[in-house]
Amino acid sequence: MKGFNNLLMSRFGPAITGGVVGALAALLVYFGNPGNMGICVACFTRDIAGALGLHRAGVVQYLRPEIPGFILGSFLAAFLAKEYRPRSGSSPIVRFFLGFFAMIGALIFLGCPWRAYARLAGGDWNALAGIGGLIVGIGIGIVFLWRGFSLGKADKSPKWAGAVMPLAALALLALLFLRPLFGPEGTGPVFFSASGPGAAVAPVAIALGAGLLIGWMAQKSRFCTVGAIRDLIMVKDPHLFNGVAAFLVAAFAVNYLLGQFKPGFESQPVAHVNQMWNFLGMVLSGLAFTLAGGCPGRQVIMSGEGDGDSAIFVLGMLVGAGFAHNFSLASSPAGVTAYGMTATAIGMVFCLAVGFLFRIKMD
Amino acid sequence: MADTVIVDARGLSCPQPVLETKKALEKLSGGRVEVLVDTVTSRENVARFGGSRGWKVEKEEREDGFCVVLAK
Repeated sequence: MKGFNNLLMSRFGPAITGGVVGALAALLVYFGNPGNMGICVACFTRDIAGALGLHRAGVVQYLRPEIPGFILGSFLAAFLAKEYRPRSGSSPIVRFFLGFFAMIGALIFLGCPWRAYARLAGGDWNALAGIGGLIVGIGIGIVFLWRGFSLGKADKSPKWAGAVMPLAALALLALLFLRPLFGPEGTGPVFFSASGPGAAVAPVAIALGAGLLIGWMAQKSRFCTVGAIRDLIMVKDPHLFNGVAAFLVAAFAVNYLLGQFKPGFESQPVAHVNQMWNFLGMVLSGLAFTLAGGCPGRQVIMSGEGDGDSAIFVLGMLVGAGFAHNFSLASSPAGVTAYGMTATAIGMVFCLAVGFLFRIKMD
Repeated sequence: MADTVIVDARGLSCPQPVLETKKALEKLSGGRVEVLVDTVTSRENVARFGGSRGWKVEKEEREDGFCVVLAK
């Protein structure tokens, strides 16, 4: 175990983690998750929002065990290595709305950065516009970082503050297993899709096991799909980018072997062909992630190791997902909505304002 | 130790600890820089950056986190 952990913390760590995440992303599709959506932090958070009744889009409601798995895997890895360190206070409310708008952008494109790469590795060429947008969004964030952008310093929090997200993850798993039905008309308060992507699910044990393993590995290796591009551009450091490259190779290889590689633009699972909005949605997401310091997967992982600011970002994503469906902002295979376009513009104004206005002076 | 430059990057999110270190190192041709950080992630990122720019790297544990000592 120690050798495995040391390997994950070495310079090979992100590549090993990326390879495992990519392979699992393809395998989870084989085991029942939606097409090219074996793992998607944004989509799965959206499904959880639906399961909790925060939105009523009946086809995307499921308590995806992968997400609580990430949090608990990360918590265990950090706690056992004495890296569990509760901290918060770096503009939490701004981070909430960065998470909110990152989710809006992701649901315009239909995927987080992890899914963008998973879609590409499954032959969905629409992902290229999204990845292009992601790179541009990160690029805009980098310009702000060069100008001294900062959300301020986080402080140490009391020891138990960091236990809230792992406990919330346990509560989600309890709701998944107990499936309580005491809402009006005998349905809810937890909802599970009867059809659509929310009904395409891998067996709980496999999904949870994959989540725990990824949470553990990503905590150790600091795997981050936004940091990957950011560090490559800003300091010419390919350390994290190796993780993305390994993700793509592994996901493609497993997809190919399982007959899941179906190249093309049309009729791709949970995707649309409006390339301008695939691009613009991810510009918004990429910028929001960069301002917040990491991709959604990384934010979930950090929330497990005690980072309260990341936890707030994740909760912003959860609420953003609720709004995305309640306000008809989210895209569907039919395309983008006018409301979604408006919300993307509002999100860009917010993120650009944050980028321009937030700076700290270092001594 | 009078010419030790101290960079206090505690509490900053990625990638700011590395950027602050970069700014400090670019002003110097040699000497000693102490970068204070509070997470293992930042410690490793700063150490990797310092090493890649040809500085000798030592990591120390401090009461409130870590200190990455860069020397050239």
